[in-house]
Amino acid sequence: MKISHAHEDAALERTRGWLDRIGDPVLRAITFSAAALAVTILGLIAYELVSGSRLAFRSFGLGFITSQTWDTIHNQFGALSLIFGTAVTAVLATLIATPLAIAIALFLTELAPKHVRSLLGALVEMLAAIPSVILGLWGILILGPFVQNQLEPFLGSTLGFLPFFRGQHSPTGILTAVLILTIMIVPIVASVTRELLTTVPSELREGALALGATRWEMVRGVLLPAARPGILAAVALGFGRAVGEAMAVLMTIGGTIGIHLSLFGHSDTLAARIAGQYNGASTNLQTSSLVYLATILLVISLAVNIGAQFLIKPIDRRPRRQRIALDRAFEAQGLSAD
Amino acid sequence: MEAIRTKIEVAGAGLRPVVGERQAVFEARDVSVFYGDQLAIDNVNIDIYQHLITAIIGPSGCGKSTFIRTLNRMTDLVPGARLSGQVRYRGIDLYGPGVDAVEVRRRIGMVFQKPNPFPKSIYDNVAYGLRILGMRNGLDERVERALRSAALWDEVKDRLGDTALGLSGGQQQRLCIARAIAVEPEVILFDEPASALDPISTSAIEDLMHELKRDYTLVIVTHNMQQAARVADMTAFFGLEVAPDESRRGVLVEYDETEKIFTNPSDKRTEDYITGRFG
Amino acid sequence: MAEPAFSLRTSDRLRRRQLVSRAMGAVAVGAALLAVAVLAIVVISVAHRGAGALNLDFFTQSQAQGFNPNGGGVLFAIVGSAVLVGIATLIALPLGVLVAIFISELAPPHLARIARMALDITNGIPTIVIGIFVFTMLMAIHGQQSAIAGSLALAIIMLPLVARATEEVLLLVPSSLREASLALGVSRWRTTLQVVVPSALGGILTGTTLAIARAAGETAPLLFLTSLGVSSHADANPFHPLQSLTLVIFTYFDVPALQTKAWAAAFVLMCFVLFTSLAAKLALARYRKKLGG
Repeated sequence: MKISHAHEDAALERTRGWLDRIGDPVLRAITFSAAALAVTILGLIAYELVSGSRLAFRSFGLGFITSQTWDTIHNQFGALSLIFGTAVTAVLATLIATPLAIAIALFLTELAPKHVRSLLGALVEMLAAIPSVILGLWGILILGPFVQNQLEPFLGSTLGFLPFFRGQHSPTGILTAVLILTIMIVPIVASVTRELLTTVPSELREGALALGATRWEMVRGVLLPAARPGILAAVALGFGRAVGEAMAVLMTIGGTIGIHLSLFGHSDTLAARIAGQYNGASTNLQTSSLVYLATILLVISLAVNIGAQFLIKPIDRRPRRQRIALDRAFEAQGLSAD
Repeated sequence: MEAIRTKIEVAGAGLRPVVGERQAVFEARDVSVFYGDQLAIDNVNIDIYQHLITAIIGPSGCGKSTFIRTLNRMTDLVPGARLSGQVRYRGIDLYGPGVDAVEVRRRIGMVFQKPNPFPKSIYDNVAYGLRILGMRNGLDERVERALRSAALWDEVKDRLGDTALGLSGGQQQRLCIARAIAVEPEVILFDEPASALDPISTSAIEDLMHELKRDYTLVIVTHNMQQAARVADMTAFFGLEVAPDESRRGVLVEYDETEKIFTNPSDKRTEDYITGRFG
Repeated sequence: MAEPAFSLRTSDRLRRRQLVSRAMGAVAVGAALLAVAVLAIVVISVAHRGAGALNLDFFTQSQAQGFNPNGGGVLFAIVGSAVLVGIATLIALPLGVLVAIFISELAPPHLARIARMALDITNGIPTIVIGIFVFTMLMAIHGQQSAIAGSLALAIIMLPLVARATEEVLLLVPSSLREASLALGVSRWRTTLQVVVPSALGGILTGTTLAIARAAGETAPLLFLTSLGVSSHADANPFHPLQSLTLVIFTYFDVPALQTKAWAAAFVLMCFVLFTSLAAKLALARYRKKLGG
């Protein structure tokens, strides 16, 4: 039988069933829709929050951000003292957590014997997995009394000349909340930093040690600078986590409005105020003001997250394995439930 | 000094007269290295001489790199590594009590297989070692001197603040040499310094080694026999020995002047390797 | 040989440098020990206070009538948590896998980057904000609290976790496998669904397990979506407001008479979360090793 070229092509075409012919575009369409939905959700979140806060925005405008009042009786609301409380708790927790987390990561990658490494790494990640409502429960009922009876009297008597360590001792307050937030973000920053440090080639370590550097000089001069953008991103993510934490803070901070310097005093944060009052909001204006708070919170967390994305951008040009290590590390921040 | 310089030129021409007085810098005595239970190199005895280039050649897995790393205690960094025997450096046992590995590495520099510049500027790469030694004054001059010695100055003098990662592979390797030179070591160890480089960069590194010989004692591990023949005064051939239990270990088969090793080796195994019948 | 005029011993300056180095090493060890100690203290104190309140009633009974602290259990909350997380998984798992397939197998790079970024940003949004979002959106339509609303919020939280975990294991599937299948004349969609996804299945499932452990511990987004406060009896209808273990902890923690129950619920939840995430991590580590990641 004589077969022409054209026939050959036709025969090839026919071996593909109709299912195969539509399969590719269908799969493409379905998965594209799923991805589009994921992007849409993000847009919807922003839209819903902005429209939900419209009422409060019309009443208070941008002055909402600079007003300290939160008066449910006279329906006057402002975010300043909550923004202050959020900033103080998140910044302090990040400041305490960062060196601790880096030290833990360094121990895990540079010092610990191999079998200790994986065990301890798993334990640190388990700390991240404890739900924040449990940490809140622990924070108020176990850590709180310790803070009230030991830590605050101690800080008061040693550092009491500073305005930060004065005032009435209490199981709740900024100090307890900061400690709980620290416990929450240390494992996040530590595990991301650990993944980053393992991607620093061992040739760099050897290069420094061969010059006669001590181990610490190697770490400070070569290892940490090499991982710096990633570590900054990890710290940013930890900070974002602290900013957005609602439950543990709600349960431990005391929930009062006002700006003061003492870490022993009560305060409140954006996330905790939303969590604590949304259900009991008595007027539409109060509800809308809480959504306004959520919008502020969203803006802050978007800024922190997008900032972190840009920080790790230079790393994204690195080989695939390193990017995977980083992606993997960022999943670690998704571990802890609020 | 004069004698040595003459010898460099001669070495370039392929003739290798013996230098009359040799002074041993390293004396390895019965050196064995274990990784856990695994014997990596077995009973190595060798003297390495001052102001000469000593090449260590041999098939892969014969322990060349392991051996060169015993000379500045980089072996310490491998978990589970253990050394028996003695490595004496100018008469002092490197592994003896009271000897500080950090001090050892300051005096005995090392250049690695893969160029490993730090992710810093060119200047900071060279200044790094000086800074950890606490030098604050005259950094600029020292950095320039090191870069000149590594034949890199002219290429980078206008962009010392740029990141070192932007340099080519060959330039990076010369930067690593400059970095090693800057802390004024007495010996520089090269662990396959050109194996990741193109031929032109390789020959630049080899030329540089000839220059450096004037001031330093050089030891180079290479799997490239032509390279050993081109640069080295002395050559040590490491071979693989298979024990009855089939474990493999590196041994020093033969050590002699380079010319002798390549033209008239005493050991059959060296000859087989040199002529390509093995490895 | 002449007596060496130099020393390889530790000079004073080097001794100081070594001291700093050792001190920093000690700091690192101390930090690691501190982290482990905190974990141990939290786990032990939760176990100590919670385990005592555990009995058969705790798992099989619903809330006792009135505020009788000694009777009843949290069956309603366990059932509620299971329903909430179950429905969320049913939404997030297929959606997340599809998004991951799009990103890693089909999408042009710029679209993949946008989708990936959207997932990462969603992952970073405080969950209380997601709760508010679902509330403002659903309450307008639906008008009342329900487990479905809670599940939806949990699904939004789980989606980026499932999708990113799946994407990661899809990347680990060797491209030779894809090529082998395509070279046999198998179409792209069959290759993807019948070769690539099945070989990544283990990783997808462990990633999903981690997301489930995470969702089970969520409180903030549920606060106003499903039942906060005491629901009268065990119920599994997702269109009703259901309780959850986390909400029980939060409702009971400041009522001294009920704190024992809060500890017990915390203990049950902690065991579930820690065991599932630990098991999933181990499985994932083994799986990554197998695929050579």
